[in-house]
Amino acid sequence: METSKKVKQQKKKVLLMGKSGAGKSSMRSIIFSNHVAKDVRRLGATIDVDKKRVKFLGNLLLDIWDCGGQDAFTESYLTSQKSYVFGDVGVLIYVFDVESSDFTDGARGHSDRDLQTYGSIIAALDEYSPNARIFTLVHKMDLVANEYRNEVIRSKTAAITARSGRFARRIGTYATSIWDETLYRAWGSIVNSLIPNLDIVEEGLKDLQRVTEAEEVVLFEQNTFLTVTRVSSEIGDENPRGDRYERLSNIIKTFKNSLSGYTESNSSHQFDSFTIKTGIFNLIINRLTYNTYVLVVFPPGEAELQCARLNILSAKDEFARIESVAEGADDDFRNLRGK
Amino acid sequence: MDLSSKVTSELSLDEQQASESSTASLAESQSILGGTNGDVRQSLLPPMGFGKHKPKMLLMGLKRSGKSSISNVVFHKMAPHETLFLEATTAIQKQNVMKFMDFQIWDLPGQIDYLSSSLDSNSVFSDVGGIVWVIDAQDNYLEPISRFTSAVVALTELYPSIRYSVFIHKTDSITEDYREDTIRDVMQKISDELFDEGLENPPVSYFPTSIYDHTIFEAFSKVIQGLVPQLPTYETLLDTVAASCRFQKVYIFEVTSKVYIASDTKPSDLSSYELCSDFINAIMDMYGLYSWDRPKTSSISPMDDERHQDVGAQTVEAMVCSARGNTVYLRELNAFLVFIGVSKEPNFQKEKAMVDYNIQMFQNTLLRVLDRG
Repeated sequence: METSKKVKQQKKKVLLMGKSGAGKSSMRSIIFSNHVAKDVRRLGATIDVDKKRVKFLGNLLLDIWDCGGQDAFTESYLTSQKSYVFGDVGVLIYVFDVESSDFTDGARGHSDRDLQTYGSIIAALDEYSPNARIFTLVHKMDLVANEYRNEVIRSKTAAITARSGRFARRIGTYATSIWDETLYRAWGSIVNSLIPNLDIVEEGLKDLQRVTEAEEVVLFEQNTFLTVTRVSSEIGDENPRGDRYERLSNIIKTFKNSLSGYTESNSSHQFDSFTIKTGIFNLIINRLTYNTYVLVVFPPGEAELQCARLNILSAKDEFARIESVAEGADDDFRNLRGK
Repeated sequence: MDLSSKVTSELSLDEQQASESSTASLAESQSILGGTNGDVRQSLLPPMGFGKHKPKMLLMGLKRSGKSSISNVVFHKMAPHETLFLEATTAIQKQNVMKFMDFQIWDLPGQIDYLSSSLDSNSVFSDVGGIVWVIDAQDNYLEPISRFTSAVVALTELYPSIRYSVFIHKTDSITEDYREDTIRDVMQKISDELFDEGLENPPVSYFPTSIYDHTIFEAFSKVIQGLVPQLPTYETLLDTVAASCRFQKVYIFEVTSKVYIASDTKPSDLSSYELCSDFINAIMDMYGLYSWDRPKTSSISPMDDERHQDVGAQTVEAMVCSARGNTVYLRELNAFLVFIGVSKEPNFQKEKAMVDYNIQMFQNTLLRVLDRG
């Protein structure tokens, strides 16, 4: 890539905080390091801050600060390291353990230490990075029986919002579990809020959707398989499965891990193409650019399948250009498209 | 079907009548892909001709050895960690899990004397092809072993054709150093006890299993293959296909349980089984997301309509090409069987038309064999 020199990379600092044992490192390793859910029990406690730099879509660098949650560490984040930890934060992800006994609204004589800690962290963030975004995850939801989940999440959301101070209005709360796709929904929207130039990419996807007469086109990041963005036709909008994007992330990621176990390689590009041909629909998942995979769902038929394959092939170049230009200056690109 | 319903009514004499009707209907309502789509899509291919000869299998073992967990994980797609919440089975459960075989779970906490006169043992055991006996390897296994051997001794005399498979279960919880020793110990004890009873070459095979990995599926595959009468025919057919299409390994899978009922005769390796099984999972899950009932588009002209119907009759076909030149190819054979081949041929995509043709031939032959069975 010759363009890589003039790439204007965006760096975002992502703080991952929460009580010790809440599951911060587990979810991070599942999303970014291709671990499977049952393997994360081997992870040890995070000591101090574990910094990891993750490249997302080439030009977006996520500096993930996985902050060990033991009391002594939290104490020092809030005192001696305050400006170092909370300065220049793009996103704070705060993880609550739904099972924690310290999470109540202070009533009935229970401790509300989780929320108190959260409150002080919010205050520190307000001081050093008032423009940061906050996502709170109520984690380990699989431990709550199905029929209570809605109720639990409602009461926790209310309690969290009450402690969020000035951030209360633009806070995103998600119920998550590493055992299902909810993790991908939460992280999908976190990452989505960070991607620059999303509109240009969407334009390109719309073009692809038009030429392939697809009911749905979804763009995934190649390593995490989080949904970058998607375009649906009128028919595709009527698909009753509203949770399909995060489910797709989960399904493809699982299969990708299985494939890497088979080929015994850890390369990030495990497959080139994945095709399903049925009497109701055709589906292709194909590598699009170095950083992305595209999923296209379109009407059935062998002829349709071959046409779509060719169209995706020719879209590759277009998207490679979009990506490289978008990495440079977007103004140039807008001019380019105008011509 | 007549026969099997008679069996259940007799079984429930001293047991609650619950469960069997509900589980049977559950299995019935599961359609090929995903199970959630009801009759959105029905295969146009004829069902498999096992009608006359349904292999029957019993899953037996002492309480808490993991029988219900096994059947839920293998046949009802339950996630392994969810089996913790399963309650004890109180009645004999009869399930019609694979549409071509009878399958019963027998709990033996001492409350069922399987040879007592209150149970018409003849109608239960006379057409049983195989018994799977689950032994909890992390527990004290001396009692289960002696119960197993006494059952074998009693049953062999009356029903010599029954084959026994011992699942040395929950091996995941034994540390690796002891795993081999435990497995060998169980095998040794069983064959010693049977030898003492005068059974020199008992029809018993052993499988170390765990619901947390693929070993349980692999073990079930082997057990079920032992019950399929046309197995040699399938294997020959599959060998031919593997040779002509240059597949590394080929399988016939039952989709809902991901048990394979036949494969080519090359030595099986767990890794390609895992890959195929995960491939089916991925396809079924995606099918579940996109197989919804779409509104009919009105713009289709009569000529298009004809073609449209043609397209609608198409069988499911899927393929994944890995970056390292491996290809996995899947094709639906009938309502619940799929063909899967793993290829290491770098030019697979170029030769795909030929592969398609070969598989079509294979499918036609296979369906003829099934009809005769």
